[in-house]
Amino acid sequence: MRARAAAVQLALLAAVAFVLWYLASNTAANLEARKIASGFAFLGREAGFEIGEAPFLAYGAADSYARAIVVGLINTFRVAVIGIALATLLGMVLGLARLSRNWLLAKFAAGYIEVVRNVPLLVQLFFLYAVITENLPGPREALSPLAGVYFSNRGIAFPLPAPHAAHAWVLAALLAGAVLAWGLARWARARQARTGQPFPVLGAGAALVLGLPLAVFLAAGAPLALARPEMQGFNFAGGAILTPEFATLLFGLTLYTAAFIAEIVRAGVQAVDRGQSEAAYSLGLPRSRTTRLVILPQALRVIVPPLTSQYLNLTKNSSLAVAIGYPDLVSIANTTMNQTGQAIEGIAIIMAVYLTISLSISALMNWYNARIALKGARR
Amino acid sequence: MRWLRENLFGSWASALATLAILWLAWTLLPPFVEWAFLKAVWIAPDSRPCRADGAGACWALIAEKHRFILFGTYPYEQHWRPGAAILLLFALYAASALRRFWRPALALAWIAGLALIGVLMWGGVAGLPYVENERWGGLVLTLLLATFGLAFAFPISILLALGRRSQLPAVRALSVAWIELVRGVPLISLLFMASVMLPLFLPEGVSIDKLLRALIAMIVFAAAYLAEVVRGGLQAIPHGQLEAADALGLGYWRKTLLVVLPQALRIAIPPLVNTFIGLFKDTSLVVIIGLFDLLSSIKVALGEPAWSGFGVEAYLFASLVYFVFCYAMSRYSQNLERELERSRTHVLKGG
Repeated sequence: MRARAAAVQLALLAAVAFVLWYLASNTAANLEARKIASGFAFLGREAGFEIGEAPFLAYGAADSYARAIVVGLINTFRVAVIGIALATLLGMVLGLARLSRNWLLAKFAAGYIEVVRNVPLLVQLFFLYAVITENLPGPREALSPLAGVYFSNRGIAFPLPAPHAAHAWVLAALLAGAVLAWGLARWARARQARTGQPFPVLGAGAALVLGLPLAVFLAAGAPLALARPEMQGFNFAGGAILTPEFATLLFGLTLYTAAFIAEIVRAGVQAVDRGQSEAAYSLGLPRSRTTRLVILPQALRVIVPPLTSQYLNLTKNSSLAVAIGYPDLVSIANTTMNQTGQAIEGIAIIMAVYLTISLSISALMNWYNARIALKGARR
Repeated sequence: MRWLRENLFGSWASALATLAILWLAWTLLPPFVEWAFLKAVWIAPDSRPCRADGAGACWALIAEKHRFILFGTYPYEQHWRPGAAILLLFALYAASALRRFWRPALALAWIAGLALIGVLMWGGVAGLPYVENERWGGLVLTLLLATFGLAFAFPISILLALGRRSQLPAVRALSVAWIELVRGVPLISLLFMASVMLPLFLPEGVSIDKLLRALIAMIVFAAAYLAEVVRGGLQAIPHGQLEAADALGLGYWRKTLLVVLPQALRIAIPPLVNTFIGLFKDTSLVVIIGLFDLLSSIKVALGEPAWSGFGVEAYLFASLVYFVFCYAMSRYSQNLERELERSRTHVLKGG
């Protein structure tokens, strides 16, 4: 029995190794025949193409391919991080709305979720892009639902606080507040374990996290001059301007993923047995602490694993950018492949980046799952 | 009245939400109905009536291009062949949805049906002129990609799921590698790989066409996702079933085929259908590597100068088509889940 198992495995490995060797040798022969170079030397060469939007990292056509790819990576992360934040918010609201006792609100949320989940994301992206570029007016006649906010076929422009030296201090105060609140929570938990006396951690923590930056902000004289978008030539300048491509991708990913997150939130809340809250009430816990100490930890145990996989899906789906012309990693790698002909290297870069993201997030997830799993529970 | 008070105006927040939704419906619905139905241009040989002042939605685009959207560039006088293929596919879907037909003969029906569809689409026999698959397109291509992709991916996924739970470390490692590597990257990267790297992998003189390359990428992708669903079904089987099979002296394959898989797949059907929906939606990505599916043919129709600028109508129509298929599948999966749940608890109570 042992010997047969070993033989089967050896044969399988040999077969896989042979197939890989066969493909590799074909590839080498084909590359030779087509005079395509291999290796990553091309990364240092001049890219020669412009990129529509390159925030955080200056880029011009004379820069190298490597720099272009980093710009693409930044663009991928930019849309993914903002998209994840917005989708979580909207998804939570939708999920709770679907559980609402208000019949109209519940049906409205359910209808939204059904429609969005059953239409391919790519179709939604094309639709949004058509709405923005074909149906919105030009910048001169831009729709302005709020003062300073403009919707036009060149994108969405809105005011942003003008940068000020004090803003960095406000940010630092926010971080300091968060660290202090974390320390306070630890101290309070230890004290409660020792003496049984609870401490109003939530209120004090919120005061630290929000109060410190607010105090710094007011002390600096509340510098909140808005930079408003103004018409300059044929387009807006100043404030924040989302290009049609970025706006399409961001809204498309957010609206789509939010529908899936809503279902996860709903399932998580419904998974907590009603008896749990009844037991907590009969122990005399008030409603807020029941939610925080009894319901939420149990609901999160159900919610967090599928939620992370939705975050990963959103990041992977951001690669649809290539279809509407937003310069994300895949789209720039694709341009690079077309120019240099080095397809293998280009695809290797794309796959390596996404695999790194996926595998590190699932490693993090496994660690978190092990931490919050029921003690003594078996898989 | 009481229902209204309890369900719409239960509290201040609830009343506010109700009013907000009613206000939204009041402001948005009438203009939408006017645009989409009352003032819409339903039939027109070109887009001139649509561009007139005050014209609503230009559904004439769909009416004028419906053959192209359904069948792509398939030769016009042969359109009955992809049409028959679509009907045949629908018949197969319908038969597979009925639990009455869940028996081994169904697999044979699928094999025969898919072979017949191949004959219909390619032709070259029985007096049907040959049509190379470069000219296939439209809705029929979307359905074929999804159906053939899933039909080939499903058996592979079962092997992968069994492999991931195998006692043999080499088998396990290879299965895990396939599943995790594929699930870690976006489908687009696999499609790019299939369209630009696959030709490099093959020896000189051997080439496979675009459609087959896209299909291979879909199969590799779908197998990894389906394998995880099948694994969920495998894990849900009570241990006693395996011990009982061992006690009867069944070997690995007989135990798997007779005891494990029938139960595991039955448990896995509802999540499998949900994965099918996701993969059906994902077939739309082939537009990026230049294949002519439903979405691409709509995009191409829009690319004609005569019809450009009606993207909203065109993509609303595309959404509607995808929605009909996906919603039907999702309702089916929900009903099935309820039914299987009922029959299982019934058996437990009865036994």
